[in-house]
Amino acid sequence: MAELDTSGGGKKGGGKVRSKKASTRVDLTAMVDLAFLLITFFMLTTTLAKPQAMDLTMPDKDEKQPLDQKPVPASRTMTLLLGSKDKLEYFVGEPGKVTPTPTGYGKTGLRKALLDNYKQVKQQSGGKEMIVIIKPSDKSNYRNMVDVLDELKITNIQIYAIGDIAANEIDLLKRDGLY
Amino acid sequence: MPRAHIKRKSTAIDMTAMCDMAFLLLTFFILTSKPKTEDLVPVDLPGSSVLIKLPDDVATLTIGQKKVFFGIEGEAIRTQTLESVGQKYNITFTPTEKSTFSKLPSFGVPIANMKQFLDMDPDKRKAFTQPGIPTDSVSNELFNWIIDARRSAKALANKELRISIKGDSKEEYPTLKKVIAILQKQKVNKFSLITSMRAAN
Repeated sequence: MAELDTSGGGKKGGGKVRSKKASTRVDLTAMVDLAFLLITFFMLTTTLAKPQAMDLTMPDKDEKQPLDQKPVPASRTMTLLLGSKDKLEYFVGEPGKVTPTPTGYGKTGLRKALLDNYKQVKQQSGGKEMIVIIKPSDKSNYRNMVDVLDELKITNIQIYAIGDIAANEIDLLKRDGLY
Repeated sequence: MPRAHIKRKSTAIDMTAMCDMAFLLLTFFILTSKPKTEDLVPVDLPGSSVLIKLPDDVATLTIGQKKVFFGIEGEAIRTQTLESVGQKYNITFTPTEKSTFSKLPSFGVPIANMKQFLDMDPDKRKAFTQPGIPTDSVSNELFNWIIDARRSAKALANKELRISIKGDSKEEYPTLKKVIAILQKQKVNKFSLITSMRAAN
């Protein structure tokens, strides 16, 4: 790139021929080009968005001495059976005695069910918290589980656990074509 | 009346400030960047509304296509983990193999094939489809990897290794159940599920 002589006029013509003073200005264009190239490279390769971490705490499970598990009152328990096709079923109470309601994940499905039941259980039990038991079947996938945990977080339900699905609960799912 | 001369301005712009800024940004990006780790299986993270960021020092269990891959942060911890797992299966690794292993962000090969896998050419190793770490309870391999990684982290950095699970959305629950059972067997009852950001709905 051409650089204009900005060192001022000086004497023109005549006199001794002086060695011209070299300008101290360096052309930085190439350097800036390179720097921006590298910036672009690092910006694109770096992981800017850190993934979110959802903490999950499982109950302590000791195989040698099974802790006496506290029986949970069925009237306050809401069981979620995660089936196939991104659908789930829920019921409050004991399995087999109540008919489960199939629903979907999301705002209108699970979230509404959770909130409604939460209110109802709290009213009926005199202010006690509802307990949610998540039972993913073998046909459900990882996203379903994360969705449920997320909905629980959104609806601010504190007490929940992940359990193994029982055979009679699988039958319930099968009957509704979700297994 | 003298004509007003419009002075010709130099076309050269002073780039010093621009250069300064460019290098400042460059330095920032070099120092903060952590290269993207390629997942060995395509993992589509499920979305969630949690906003807690994942801490840096974690061990990650990547689950996808019914395979499990394991990755630990920190080269020293990796090397020691490999040594102690090798001891359990009576395999000794050469220093070259150890240093190769310490550069792997995550892996998924059975311990029996580990030596062979580490001796491969880097290009071949990249092309090799890793079968995942066996999760069956007979060889107990995943169990040993996790417990040794936790011990190494405790010994070297004096901290509890956090375990995080990076699962594919479509992964079926049984694989996940197996992994959670392995974690619970060694009394890791608290772990993180890695999720991506979900748009509000």
